[in-house]
Amino acid sequence: MTALRRVTPQLLTLAALVALVTLFFPDFLRIEVVNGRLVGPIMDILKRGAPVGLLAVGMTLVIATRGIDLSVGTTMAITGAVAAWSITQGYGLGGALALALLAGVLAGLWNGTLVAIIGIQPIVATLILMTSGRGIAQLVTEGRILTFSHDGMAFFGSGDLLGIPAPALLWGLTAVAVALLMRRSALGMLIEAVGVNRAASALAGVNATVLLIAVYVASGLCAALAGIVATADIRGADANNAGLWLELDAILAVVIGGNSLLGGRFSIAASVLGALIIQTVDTGILLAGFPSEYNLVIKAGLVLVILVLQSPNLAHHWYALRRAAQARRERAMDTAKETGQ
Amino acid sequence: MLLTIRSLTKTFPGTKALDRVDFDLAAGEVHALLGENGAGKSTLIKCLTGAYERDEGVIALDGATVSPRSTSEAQELGIGTVYQEVNLLPNLTVAQNLTFGQEPTRFGMVDRRAQRRQAEAMLEGYGLDIDVGRDLSAYSVAIRQIIAIARAVALSGKVLILDEPTASLDAREVETLFDVVRGLRDRGLGIVFVSHFLDQVFELTDRVTVLRNGQKVTTERTADLDRVQLIEHMLGRALENEVVGHAKTHVAQDRPELLAFENFGRRGHVEPFDLTVGEGEVLGLAGLLGSGRTESAELMFGLAAAHSGGARDQSGALDLSSPRAAIAAGFGFAPEERKEDGIVADLSVRENIALALQARRGWARPVPRAEQLRLADEYIEKLDIRTSGPEQPIGDLSGGNQQKVVLARWLAMNPRFLILDEPTRGIDVGAHAEILRLIQQVTAQGMSILVISSELDELIAVADRVIVVRDRRHVAELTGSEITTDTIVRAIAAPGRDQAEASV
Repeated sequence: MTALRRVTPQLLTLAALVALVTLFFPDFLRIEVVNGRLVGPIMDILKRGAPVGLLAVGMTLVIATRGIDLSVGTTMAITGAVAAWSITQGYGLGGALALALLAGVLAGLWNGTLVAIIGIQPIVATLILMTSGRGIAQLVTEGRILTFSHDGMAFFGSGDLLGIPAPALLWGLTAVAVALLMRRSALGMLIEAVGVNRAASALAGVNATVLLIAVYVASGLCAALAGIVATADIRGADANNAGLWLELDAILAVVIGGNSLLGGRFSIAASVLGALIIQTVDTGILLAGFPSEYNLVIKAGLVLVILVLQSPNLAHHWYALRRAAQARRERAMDTAKETGQ
Repeated sequence: MLLTIRSLTKTFPGTKALDRVDFDLAAGEVHALLGENGAGKSTLIKCLTGAYERDEGVIALDGATVSPRSTSEAQELGIGTVYQEVNLLPNLTVAQNLTFGQEPTRFGMVDRRAQRRQAEAMLEGYGLDIDVGRDLSAYSVAIRQIIAIARAVALSGKVLILDEPTASLDAREVETLFDVVRGLRDRGLGIVFVSHFLDQVFELTDRVTVLRNGQKVTTERTADLDRVQLIEHMLGRALENEVVGHAKTHVAQDRPELLAFENFGRRGHVEPFDLTVGEGEVLGLAGLLGSGRTESAELMFGLAAAHSGGARDQSGALDLSSPRAAIAAGFGFAPEERKEDGIVADLSVRENIALALQARRGWARPVPRAEQLRLADEYIEKLDIRTSGPEQPIGDLSGGNQQKVVLARWLAMNPRFLILDEPTRGIDVGAHAEILRLIQQVTAQGMSILVISSELDELIAVADRVIVVRDRRHVAELTGSEITTDTIVRAIAAPGRDQAEASV
C-alpha cells in the first residue's frame, strides 16, 4: 500500500502522457498479434526503453548511496564491443554473455574502488571511465563497427518470448529481481543507511566500503545487460554511438522517479517508471507527427513540466493554498452563521 | 559598559542553548568566554553577530538596543568577528581582501593604487611588514589571522570577537597575535576572547565569563581566579538533586576482570596507557576538551589503529583493528557528535535501532520486520523515547531522544563493553537523568561501561572508577572515596605532577 503511494506521482504522470499522446495519435494503445508476437506502440516503448530502464536500476542504487555513475553509457559500449568480439571470435553465446558481464563487473569494480577506497568524489571518479571507456571499446572493436550474425545473440535485441520482446522481458525481470533482492534482504536498508550517513553507518558496524563497491558493480552489471541488448539489436558493436548520453537519461529516470540525488530512500519501481516515462515521451513525440527537429526541445519542455509538477516545493504551496481556501470557507460559514443568528 | 547582554535566551528543538545569560563587555578590556563544547559559547556569539535571532533578552551596544539580523548588519553596528578558520580568500591579494566589498573605485573601475594605499593604512599599527599586493596565500596563518583582525576592526571598530584565534598558531605567533590584541585593547576596543587554552586566558584576559549548559556560571576578574577554580566552574560542581537523586556510594569493589588494555596507544592521539575493565563496572574518563578523552575511546573502538600495545580478555588477545572488529569483540560506541556520527537522519527510529544488529547479522539475513518492530516498541517504552511511532524519521526527534535511540541501538546488541562519549551533551535535564539511570541499570546486569563526560557531577554520580586524562596522557586513576570534584579537578589542573602523586 505504501509502495503504491510512493509511485503514485509517476503512475499519474505516465497516465497523463499516454492520454496526451493518444490525443495526437489515436492508435497509441492499440496492440495487435502479428505472427504470434504482440505489436504496437506500447510494445515498442517497452522494447526501446530497455537500455535506459536497465541502466536506471543500477543508477538508483548508486544514487541511493549519494553517488552517481556517469560511466554507464560507455560501459554499455565496452560490454557491447566485448560481446560482439567474443561472438566473432567463436566463443559461443554463453562465452560472449559471460565475458560481457565480466567486463561490466570490472568497470564497476574500477569505479567502486575509486569511490570507496581511494575516496574520489563519485562524479569525478566515474568521469574517468566515461571519458576513457569509448577508447577502450574502440580498442576492442579495432576502430570499426564490429558486425556479427548469430541468432542466439540477436535474440536479446529482436527476439521474443511468449509474444513479448526479449529486451522488455530482460528489463522487467531485472527490475523485479533487484527490487526483491533489496527489500527481501537487508541490502536496501543498509544501502540507504550508508547513503544518508556513511560515518554513522560504519560506526554501527555496517561494512560501508564493501557496500559502496557493490552498488557500482551492480551498476556495471546493469550497464552490461543494456550493452548486450544494444549490440544484439543492431547485430554489431558501434563503439562511438552505443549508449551515447544514456547515462544522462538514466539519471533523469531516477530523478523523475522521485529519488533524491542526496542519497537515502530509494524506489527501483519509481525509477523504472521514470525510464518508461522518458521512452513514452521519445516515442510519443515521433508518433504525434512532429518534425524530428522538434523532438529534443519538446522532450526538454515535457521533462521540465514533469519535474515541476513533482517538486516538493510545489506540493507544499499546493497544500498551503488548499488550507488557505478551506480556512476562508470556514470563516465565511462562521460569518454566515453569526449573521444568521 | 560598551556591550550589555541581559537574560539572553535561545532555544533549539529539545534543548535550551542559552538560558537567561547576562554578559558585560567594557571598552578597553579583553574578556574571555569559556565553557566546554555545548556550553553555549557559539550560540552566544552567533546571537551577537546576527547569525541567530535571539528568542528573548536584550543586547545593548553603547546603551542602545540592537538586533543584528546578519553578520554585515552586526559589522555596521560595530561588532566584528574573526574565526579560527580565517574567512578570507587566499587567492586574492592582501589589499583585495582588506577592501573586499568596499573597493575604492574610479570611473566605475577598481582604483588599484587607492586600494593599496587604503590597505596599507588599515594595517598600520599592527607591526606587519608585508606587501599588500601579494596573494594572501603567500603568508602564514598567523599573519592571515592578523589581517582578518585588521579587516574586522576597520569594518566594525567597537567590539571584536576572537573565536579560537590561536588554535593553529605556534607559541611565537601567539605572542605576536597577543601584542596586536593588547594594542587594540589600549585603543579602547572591547574584545571577546574564546579559547580552550587556559594558559592563554590567564596571560591575556582581564575578565572571564564561564558558561555551562547554556547558563552563565560566573563572571570574575581573571586575576582573582586560579586554574582549579576555573576548571571547577567549567566542569561543574554541585550535582542538581533532580538529576540522579543520590550520588553513587563509592566503595572500591573487587570485580572479575573483563578486559585489559596494555600499553595501548597511538602517536599523535594518545600516549600508551594501561587500563583494566571490570565486569559491570562504570569507568569514567575525565579531562578537558582535546585532552585525549575521545581519542582514547576511538582507539579502543578501532576507529584509529593502535601503534602500540593491545587488548585482551580472558580467552586471549582481541582484534580491535576496525569498528566491525570491535563490535565482533562485543564492544559498542555511542559517539560524541550525535548528528554526524550517530544517527542516520532520514531513516526511521525502528531502522536506526536495528542498524547495528542488522550489520552484525549481514545483509543476507534481514532482521524480520516483526522483530524490528518489537525491538523498537520495547526500547521506545523502556527508554521513554518521545516519538510519534517507530516509523518516524529519527531526524525529527529532539537531541535527547535521538541519543536514546542511539543507546537503544547498542543495548539491542547486548554488548559487554559500551563506550559512551558525552552521552548527555545538549539534552534536557529530564532525559539527562533517565540516561544516567539507564547506565546504572544495565551495569547492574553485568554490562561494563566507559563514560566520557565534561560534567564532573555526572561522572561522580555514575562512575566506580575515574581515569583523568591530560595532554593526551592518562595521568590519574581515582577509585572509591577518591572520586570527588576536588580530586578530579586537581588532577586535571596540576601540571607536572606524576601519576602517583595525583592519585593520592
